[in-house]
Amino acid sequence: MIDKKLAVLKLEDGTTFNGTLFGAEVPVSGEIVFSTSMTGYPESLTDPSYSGQILVLTFPLIGNYGVPPMDMEDGLLKYFESNKIHIKALVVSDYCYDYSHWNAVKSLDQWLKENNVPAIYAVDTREITKIIREKGTMLAKLTPEGAQEVEYHNQNEDNLVDLVSPKEIKTYGTGEHKVVLLDCGAKNNIIRCLIRRNCTVTTVPWDYDMTQLEYDGLMLSNGPGDPAMCGPAVENIKKAFTVGKPIFGICLGNQLVSIAAGASTFKLKYGHRSHNQPALMCGTDRAFITSQNHGFAVDMDKLSSDWVPYFVNLNDGTCEGIRHVSKPFFTVQFHPEAFSGPVDTEFLFDKFIDEIENAKNK
Amino acid sequence: MQKINKVILLGSGALKIGEAGEFDYSGSQALKALKEEGIYTVLINPNIATVQTSEDIADKVYFLPVTPEYVEDVIIKEQPDGILLAFGGQTALNCGVALYKSGILEKYNVQVLGTPVQAIMDTEDRELFVHKLDEINVKTIKSEAVTTVSDAKRVANELGYPVIIRAAYTLGGLGSGFCDNDEELDILADKAFSYSSQLLVEKSLKGWKEVEYEVVRDRFDNCITVCNMENFDPLGIHTGESIVVAPSQTLTNAEYHKLRKIAIKIIRHIGIVGECNVQYALDPNSEDYRVIEVNARLSRSSALASKATGYPLAFVAAKLGMGYGLHQLKNSVTGTTTACFEPALDYIVCKIPRWDLGKFKGVSRKLGSSMKSVGEVMAIGRNFEEAIQKGLRMIGQGMHGFVANKALSSDNLDAALSEPTDKRIFYIAEALKSGYTVDKIHELTKIDNWFLNKLKNIIDLDYTLEEYNKIEDVPTSLIRIAKQKGFSDFQLARSVSKCTDLEINDKMLEVREYRKKVGVTPVIKQIDTLAAEYPAMTNYLYVTYNGTTHDIDFSHDDKSVIVLGSGAYRIGSSVEFDWCSVNAVNTIRKKGFRSIMINYNPETVSTDYDQCDRLYFDELTFERVLDITDLESPKGVIVSTGGQIPNNLAIRLSTQNIPILGTSAENIDRAEDRHKFSSMLDSLGIDQPRWKELTSMADIFEFVDNVGFPVLIRPSYVLSGAAMNVVSNKDELEHFLTLATKVSKQHPVVVSEFVQNAKEIEIDAVAKDGELILYAISEHVEFAGVHSGDATIVFPAQKLYTETIRRIKKISRNIAKALNISGPFNMQLLAKENDIKVIECNLRASRSFPFVSKVLKVNFIELATRVMLGEDVEIPNKSAFDLDYVGVKASQFSFSRLQQADPVLGVEMSSTGEVGCIGESYHEAILKAMLSVGYRIPKKNVFLSTGDSRSKIEMVAPCKLLIEHGFKLFATKGTAVFLAENGIDAEVLGWPDQTDGLPNSLEYIKERKIDLIVNIPKNLSKDELNNDYTIRRSAIDFNIPLLTNARLANAFITAFCTLSKDDIKITSWGEY
Repeated sequence: MIDKKLAVLKLEDGTTFNGTLFGAEVPVSGEIVFSTSMTGYPESLTDPSYSGQILVLTFPLIGNYGVPPMDMEDGLLKYFESNKIHIKALVVSDYCYDYSHWNAVKSLDQWLKENNVPAIYAVDTREITKIIREKGTMLAKLTPEGAQEVEYHNQNEDNLVDLVSPKEIKTYGTGEHKVVLLDCGAKNNIIRCLIRRNCTVTTVPWDYDMTQLEYDGLMLSNGPGDPAMCGPAVENIKKAFTVGKPIFGICLGNQLVSIAAGASTFKLKYGHRSHNQPALMCGTDRAFITSQNHGFAVDMDKLSSDWVPYFVNLNDGTCEGIRHVSKPFFTVQFHPEAFSGPVDTEFLFDKFIDEIENAKNK
Repeated sequence: MQKINKVILLGSGALKIGEAGEFDYSGSQALKALKEEGIYTVLINPNIATVQTSEDIADKVYFLPVTPEYVEDVIIKEQPDGILLAFGGQTALNCGVALYKSGILEKYNVQVLGTPVQAIMDTEDRELFVHKLDEINVKTIKSEAVTTVSDAKRVANELGYPVIIRAAYTLGGLGSGFCDNDEELDILADKAFSYSSQLLVEKSLKGWKEVEYEVVRDRFDNCITVCNMENFDPLGIHTGESIVVAPSQTLTNAEYHKLRKIAIKIIRHIGIVGECNVQYALDPNSEDYRVIEVNARLSRSSALASKATGYPLAFVAAKLGMGYGLHQLKNSVTGTTTACFEPALDYIVCKIPRWDLGKFKGVSRKLGSSMKSVGEVMAIGRNFEEAIQKGLRMIGQGMHGFVANKALSSDNLDAALSEPTDKRIFYIAEALKSGYTVDKIHELTKIDNWFLNKLKNIIDLDYTLEEYNKIEDVPTSLIRIAKQKGFSDFQLARSVSKCTDLEINDKMLEVREYRKKVGVTPVIKQIDTLAAEYPAMTNYLYVTYNGTTHDIDFSHDDKSVIVLGSGAYRIGSSVEFDWCSVNAVNTIRKKGFRSIMINYNPETVSTDYDQCDRLYFDELTFERVLDITDLESPKGVIVSTGGQIPNNLAIRLSTQNIPILGTSAENIDRAEDRHKFSSMLDSLGIDQPRWKELTSMADIFEFVDNVGFPVLIRPSYVLSGAAMNVVSNKDELEHFLTLATKVSKQHPVVVSEFVQNAKEIEIDAVAKDGELILYAISEHVEFAGVHSGDATIVFPAQKLYTETIRRIKKISRNIAKALNISGPFNMQLLAKENDIKVIECNLRASRSFPFVSKVLKVNFIELATRVMLGEDVEIPNKSAFDLDYVGVKASQFSFSRLQQADPVLGVEMSSTGEVGCIGESYHEAILKAMLSVGYRIPKKNVFLSTGDSRSKIEMVAPCKLLIEHGFKLFATKGTAVFLAENGIDAEVLGWPDQTDGLPNSLEYIKERKIDLIVNIPKNLSKDELNNDYTIRRSAIDFNIPLLTNARLANAFITAFCTLSKDDIKITSWGEY
C-alpha cells in the first residue's frame, strides 16, 4: 500500500473538507475555482489563466492517463500549454495512482511534486463546487497533515498577468504572416494554431506597445486575473485600433478589447468554467460548443456604436465576443484554441488569416 | 418544411436479443416530443407490453406487424404527412428503407422526418459507407482480396502491420492468422494459398480500444456529442456484450477531441438530422483510429447515453426531425439552460450486460462479434470500483460484487481469460487472487491496465479487510474506504466475519448497524448534466459513499411512495414489468402522492426521470432500499409491480419495519413458500399436482413410483423456471438431479407430478382486502409443459367450459380471501376436463398484466395501485364476456443469435419477448401475432416431422388444409407414412445424417426449398435426437420459420389457410 498522508481543505467561509494528500507536501492558499471539463488535466494545470488558483476538477477520476513527456515542437512543449504548472493546488475526488497510457512518462502525483504543487483527493468535490458556485469568488487553503497553515492570500490583489507574461520578446515559426501576440499568459496552442496557418508569431510582454512593431495581425491572448489591472494593455490596444490591422482577441483579450471599445466588465452570477458552453453566432442559427474559464463578462451596453456582439452565450445570454462593424477586429470570450476542450471554433483562426490576407491585398 | 399534422412512428416489435426495451424508451420520448407540438401521432407496434403502446402516449396505436405490407395498409388508412423511422431499432429502419425503395412513401406523399433515407442507406451498406467516409478522409476498417504473396505483402504494407490474413472460402478459419512483419506474412500467406486461391488481407485491430460517441445534428448544421463511452473489453466483443463505461477513462484530451471532431465531420457529411452513433477502434499505442460503424438511428447505446448523462436524446432527436434547431430547445434537466450543449458528468457510469445463456441447451458461452445478452444494467458511482461493484450486483446472477463471491472453478484460467465468456470478469478476480499480475492479465485479455489496476484495488482492499475478524475491530476509516469502493454490507460481513451462509444475513445487519453507529452512511447526489456548474432542480439521483453532503432535502410528510422496479431485463422478466412499474408510479402521482422509483435498467421508461417525482437510479438490494427508506421515510413501498426482484425483498424489508403497501409480507411468504402454500390449498380443499420436497435420491424414487413419470423437477423460489426440467424416465431423472442439486444447494429438490395433455390457464387479478374485484382468465394454446412465458396466450379464453371458468373464479376468490390479498396477483392452473389444479400463485403483477389490461381496456395496475394506496375503489363492471374481439399474445424467440442452442420449448422459459395482437376472431388474432413475431406465410413447401402419436393426430387436420390450399408437403419417413394412412400426400425427405438415396432434408433446408418447418419433439425432455436437433437448428440458421408445438402449428396453419389478406383488419386499438 502507498503511504498516504491526510490533508485539509479549508474554505474562506469556514467549511472544511478532510481528504488525502498527493503531490507536494506544502501548505498553500489561493482563490478556489472549479472546472467541469472531463478531460485535459495536463493542459489545464499548465494554462496560465489558472495562475495562483486552487483548481477543483468536478470530474471525479483524475490521473488516469498520467503525464506526457516534455517533448518540444516549434520551440514549445508539445503536450502542455506552458512551461510549468500554474495552479496553486489541485482538488479531486478520486486520484488514480496507477495511470495507463502509451504516451505517459510519469504520474500526476510525481509531476505535481516536481512542480511543488500540492493536491488533495477523497473530498466531496461536488459539494465544494456548489459552495463556490454560490459564493462567487472564495479563498481557500490546503494544508497537509502536520504542516503549518498559511494565511489566506488573495492573488487577485497581485498583478497576475504581470506574473505570467514573458519579460522578453520571442519569435516562433517561420510563416509568411507576421502576427504579434500580446502574451498575457497565452496558451501554447494559440501559437501552434497560428504556426499551422503559416504565421511567424512574435510574443510580447503584456504591457508592450505592439504598435512599435511591424505586423500583419495582432493576437490578444487569454490570461489570469482581473482585466482592470491591465490599464497599459488597454491603452496600447486603443493605439492598435488606429493602426487598423486585423485584431483577434481571446478570453482576457476579449475583455481588454471591450474595455478599449468603451465597455465595462461585470462579475457573472455563475461563472463559465467548462468545456460545454454553447455560443451562438449573432444573427445566425449557428451555435458552437466552446471551452471556457472565466468569472467576468463584458457588459455590452456601453460598447461604442462601432462594435456589435459577435457571439452570445445560449445559457445566460452574456457576451461571448464582439466585432467591429467595419474593421477586421473581432474577439471571443471562449477558447477557440481549445486544448483542452472542443475544437469546434478553431475556424476563427482561419477567419483571422483571411482578414490578414484581405488586409494585405488592399 | 411543409406543415406536419399527422405522423406515423414505427416501433420495434417484440423484444429480442439486440433489440430490446431501449426502443420502448426512445419511442415513448419521441411520441411525447411530437405530442407537445400538437401533432397527431400514430404508432405501429405489436408489442403490447410496452409503455409506448399505452393510452395517452400516441393518439392511435396499431398492434400490427412492423412490415412494409402492414405499414402500407396503415398509411392508406391514416394518410399521415410524415413518418419517423429512427425510433424503432433495426426493425423500423429496415421497414422504412423498404417502403422508401418500393416507392410507397412517395406514392402516398409521406415525408421521412429527421435523417433522410439516403443517409440511412449510406450507413447500412458497407461498401457505400466505406466510400462515403473515404470522401472525407476518415479511416474505416478495410480488407483487400489478393491472389499472390507479393500482392499480400503490398497490401499489408499499405494497411500497416499487424495484419490478419484469411483464406477465402474455407471453413473454421483454416489458413488464417496474424502477421507482424513481412517475414511472418511470407510464411503464413504461402501456407494459406495451399487452402485457397484467394486471401483477404485486413488490418488487425486486435486489442484496440473500442470507443463510441453519440452525436446529434440539427438542420442548421449545429452538432454536439452528448456522450462518449469506452469499452472495458477491447475490440472483438460486440459492444452490446461489453462492459462499458461513460465517459471514456483512458483517453487524453487530444484523443477524446480527435475522435469527437471526426464524429462531427461524419455526421455532417452523411447528413444526419437527429441522432447517430459512431463506433471507433482506437490504437492503444498511438492516436491511430478506425471507424467501425455508424448507426443512423437511436440505438441501445443512445438509450444508455441518455441515462448516463440525463440528456434526452430521443426526445431531442424527434424535435430536430420536426425542424427545430438545437439552440431552440431547452435542457430538460435544468429547465433553464439550452439543449445545445454537451453534458458534463461528475460521476462514472458502468454498463454491464446480462446474459441468460444457462437457460439454453447447447449454446456456446463464448462472446464475440454477435450479441447474446438479453439485458443490461447501469451503475453510477464516483469511482470505477464503486460503479463496477454496484453493477456486478445489479446483473442479478448471484454475485455480490467483484469479491466475496463463491469461487469459480476453472481448469484453465489462462483460457478463461483469453477466450471471453459471460463469466470473464469473475475469472479476472480469480486470477488476481491466484497471483496473476496486472500485466499478465492484460496480456491474456488485452483489457487496459487502467481497468485492471482498479479491479486489483478491490482485491487488495478485500485482503486488508480479511485481516480482521469482527466489524467492530475494523477502523472506521477502512470501513468508509471499503464503502467508497463499492463494498456492500454483505461483502464486508463475508470478508470480515468469514461466517457461513446461514449466519450471513445476521452478520450483514450487524455491519449495517455498526457502520451507521460510527457514521458511515451514503449520500444522495443528483445527475444534473452540468456537474453543478449551474443550479438544477433535478430529481435524477444516485447513492454514493464518495461525498459528505446530500444534494437534496427529505420531507418526512408521509406523502411519498416508493416503487421498486424490475431490474435488468432477463428471460422471464422484461418490459411488461416496466409497464407495471410506470403505471404504478403514474397512479401514485395522480392520487396526490410523490412517487419515488428505484431501478437501474437503462433500457426502461421507468428510469426516465420525467416519469416520477424522484428517480433513484440505483441498486434494488435490501441494503440499498433500506438506505433510501432511511432517508425518505416513505408512506410505503410497493413491491408487487416490478416482478420477482422486489417481491423477494418483501419479507426482509418488512422485518425492518418498512411499510409494504398492499398484501402483507407475511401473506406474500405464504404464497411463495411451497409448504405454506400447499397446506393452505389443502385446507381450502383446492387441488394441486402432487409434489414433494425431497433431499435424497431414495425418497425421490419412492415418490416417483407413487405418481408415475413424467415428473417436473425444480428448486423453490425462482421466477422463470431456472434449472427446471421434466423427466420421463429413471435415467433422465438421475442425470438431471445431479445438475439441479448443483444449482440449488440451499434448497432441496421439489418433485411434482406432471399432468400431460392438460390445458394451462392463467388468471390475472386484483383484490382488495381479500375480495376479488377484477380478473382476467386466459388460456394457453399449447398444452401444459410449455413455460407460460413461452406459451401463446388467448384472452378472453375461447375454449374453456363455463364450468371451468366458474371453478377458477371460485378458487381465486378463496385464495384471495385466505391470503387477504390487496393488490395484484396471478395464478396458473391446469384443467383437464373440469378437473382443476393450481400450479402456482404470485402475489404480484405478472407478465400478462399489460396484455389483459390493454385487451380488456381496464388498467389492472392502476386499480391495484389505488387499492394499495388504501383508496376506496369502485369495482369495474367490465367483463371479458362483453368483448367482441380476441387478444393473442405470442412469444418472440432469439435463437438465431444463440449459436447452437436447440430451439425447442419446454418448462424452461426461452423467449426474449412477446407481442399481443387483437382480431375479430381467434384466427385473425393468431395470424397477426404470429406474423408479428417473424413468422411468414409459406409460399409453397412445408416440411413436417410430427413427433409422437398425439401430435401426429393433431396435425392431420391442418395438413389436409395445407393440401387443399395448394401447399406441397414434405415429411420425414414416419410422419409421411402416418400422413399417407390418413390420405395425405407428402414427399419423404431423408434425415440429415442419412445417405439412403432419398432427397436429404438438410440439403433442402440449405437450398431454401422449404418455406415452413414443423418439427415436434418426441418427448418432453430437452434431450432430443441429433437429427431432429439438426433440422430445428438449420431452420433457425437458414431463417426458415419453425414450429415445434403441434397445437400452435395447428392454430397458425388453420389461420393462414382459412383467412385471406382481406380478412385481416387494419383496426387500431381504440377502434375495437
